[in-house]
Amino acid sequence: MRHTLAVLVENNPGVLARVAGLFSRRGFNIESLTVGRTESHDVSRMTIVVDGDDQLIEQVSKQLHKLIDVIKVRDITDEEHVDRDLVMVKVNADPSQRVEIMNMAEVFRARVVDLAGKTITFECTGNEGKINAFEESLRPYGIRELVRTGKVAMLRGSRLPGTGGSWSAE
Amino acid sequence: MQIKLAEALVECLEKEKVEVVFGYPGGAILPVYDALYDSRKIKHILVRHEQGAAHAADGYARVTGKTGVCMATSGPGATNLVTGIANAYMDSIPMVIFTGQVPTIQIGTDAFQEVDITGITMPITKHNYLVKDPRKLPEIVHNAFHIASTGRPGPVLIDLPRDIVSQTIEYSESGPVPLRGYRPTYRGHSFKIQEVAKMIKGSKRPVIYAGGGVLSSGAQDELLELAELISAPVTNTFMGLSGFPGEHPLFLGMLGLHGTRYANLAVTECDLLIALGARFDDRVTMKVGDFAPKASVVHIDIDPAEIGKLVATRVPLVGDVKTVLKALLPLLEKEDRTPWLSRIKEIKEKHPLTYRRDGTLKPQFVIEQICRLTGGEATLVTDVGQHQMWVAQFYKFHRPGMLVSSGGLGCMGFGLPAAVGAKTGRPERPTILVTGDGSFQMTMQELGTMMEQGLDIKIVILNNQALGMVRQLQQFYCEGRYMATSFQFHPDFCGLAKAYGIPGYSWTREEDVLQALPQVLATPGPAIMNCIIPVEENVTPMVMSGKGIHEAIEC
Repeated sequence: MRHTLAVLVENNPGVLARVAGLFSRRGFNIESLTVGRTESHDVSRMTIVVDGDDQLIEQVSKQLHKLIDVIKVRDITDEEHVDRDLVMVKVNADPSQRVEIMNMAEVFRARVVDLAGKTITFECTGNEGKINAFEESLRPYGIRELVRTGKVAMLRGSRLPGTGGSWSAE
Repeated sequence: MQIKLAEALVECLEKEKVEVVFGYPGGAILPVYDALYDSRKIKHILVRHEQGAAHAADGYARVTGKTGVCMATSGPGATNLVTGIANAYMDSIPMVIFTGQVPTIQIGTDAFQEVDITGITMPITKHNYLVKDPRKLPEIVHNAFHIASTGRPGPVLIDLPRDIVSQTIEYSESGPVPLRGYRPTYRGHSFKIQEVAKMIKGSKRPVIYAGGGVLSSGAQDELLELAELISAPVTNTFMGLSGFPGEHPLFLGMLGLHGTRYANLAVTECDLLIALGARFDDRVTMKVGDFAPKASVVHIDIDPAEIGKLVATRVPLVGDVKTVLKALLPLLEKEDRTPWLSRIKEIKEKHPLTYRRDGTLKPQFVIEQICRLTGGEATLVTDVGQHQMWVAQFYKFHRPGMLVSSGGLGCMGFGLPAAVGAKTGRPERPTILVTGDGSFQMTMQELGTMMEQGLDIKIVILNNQALGMVRQLQQFYCEGRYMATSFQFHPDFCGLAKAYGIPGYSWTREEDVLQALPQVLATPGPAIMNCIIPVEENVTPMVMSGKGIHEAIEC
């Protein structure tokens, strides 16, 4: 089963290498990993999607927490949360097909960010399922280039990742 | 106070009560050595190879319980430390390592003697730092010592670019600053402790499986009290040896691959396995599915990641072994468990730990004699291989912290430099290095350090003129096709001793040992004793790969 981990880390140089290195040397597979700054300048947040059974996820969380630069680890898979993925995709579009493709993209609320003679570039955000569907619907036209950010996630409501819940703090 | 950063570093070390630094100088670390020149509190011990500095700091930490400190220059100096750092990491030894680094402006340019040592040591340190902001150095040093010595101990490395340590800063004394990502749990969960007490009361055949965590938390008295109170036999992991008195009737010796038959059988038959500061290493469990098959497992460890990692646990209890046992003991009552203890006695009598005497000089015999003559009260340092297992089996430790040996990494060459560190840390204790001819030849250059420091270390080489442990593996797993395990050249160890001004002895018979050993051990000053032993002698019992520990063979 795929798990989504929200991980707060010190914004120190090398912290990404520490986390990535941990995954590779312990043989854990990362499905996706995103990292960026948070409301505090000295804290970064990683959203890590890992595939594995409960025992493996427990090991991943505990090993992550052993890193001194990791402040909090929380498995939010089973909690109410919002998650988003962003994709940019450059698709073949002859002038004759443009309207059709753009109408289709409208269904996914994708935006055109660039237009060239034979291609259109869209951006689209949404949860993973929606992005997958968008990608599939463009595939018949010929995808020239595609990049996804990987998932970012946040708990619903006024709860903060650092309070309550199942943070394996100790 | 305006001082050079290197001087501030030395101040911080003095504040951390560092008395000894093992190291080897070089270009990039030059400013630090220049500052050490003025320190009256810190003694620097110059080794002969940086690996020796790391192992010596490790050995020092093991016998003193303090954090060992070593340093080396950038590049090759730093990489030579790597094996020693990995060794400390695997055995959870508190250590702080300083490495020189090229000036910050040159980092990343493949400069002379540049390596990315923080990158290299990321998987083998508890944490590491590259100092880029000189003002942060005091905080980093104090935090490094805090991290190294608390929770599950381990090595912490600080990389010091040369231009940074040459800068002048406004220095004021400080201590460690709180780390929000690091708060080890010492006190166990009280509900879980009650649950453990209940399980102990309900158990008919408990076994205590005690590892290195007992020693690092200083819980040997509590362990003894627990074992006697609940009448549970105790088996030690290799790292746990000396944490329980070797002559105690409840002691089962070491378990696992080369464990005693009775320890392995007791674990197989027990209905409750109380794991204390142990990590279910593969050399202990062998075939995990067959390990303690009838037992509920209680696992007490300070590192939450060790609990449930390899073996399913009925009661996981995160905490410091000593603190947890102190809370647990008042909840327990005296129990006799006569049937279980008589069963233990029965398997002990049926499968004793022995070896065959046949007129040749047997390594087990040598170790028994050392044990007899030291009364189990010496610091016993070993290298890695057959001799190490024979020490584990035949030396009966009387007091905690007497065994200094590379457990997790299994690092040949650890012995002599670790003995240098151990003797430096506890000079009042007789210190004996039991090594093999293979291991000894890996780091024997440290004889120079030993002599320079005037250290009284007795070196016993159990010399089978081969790489015995690997040879044994080849006998069992490769149909006796002995590849690269027999040395074709044998140095004259007495001649080597002479070159360093050390008395050397060569013994080939039991009588030689009986006659000479007492006097050699009683004579102050170092000695090298070359004991020629039969190459065919194997370490037994032995559990074949893929088998359960109850299936050990004796040969």
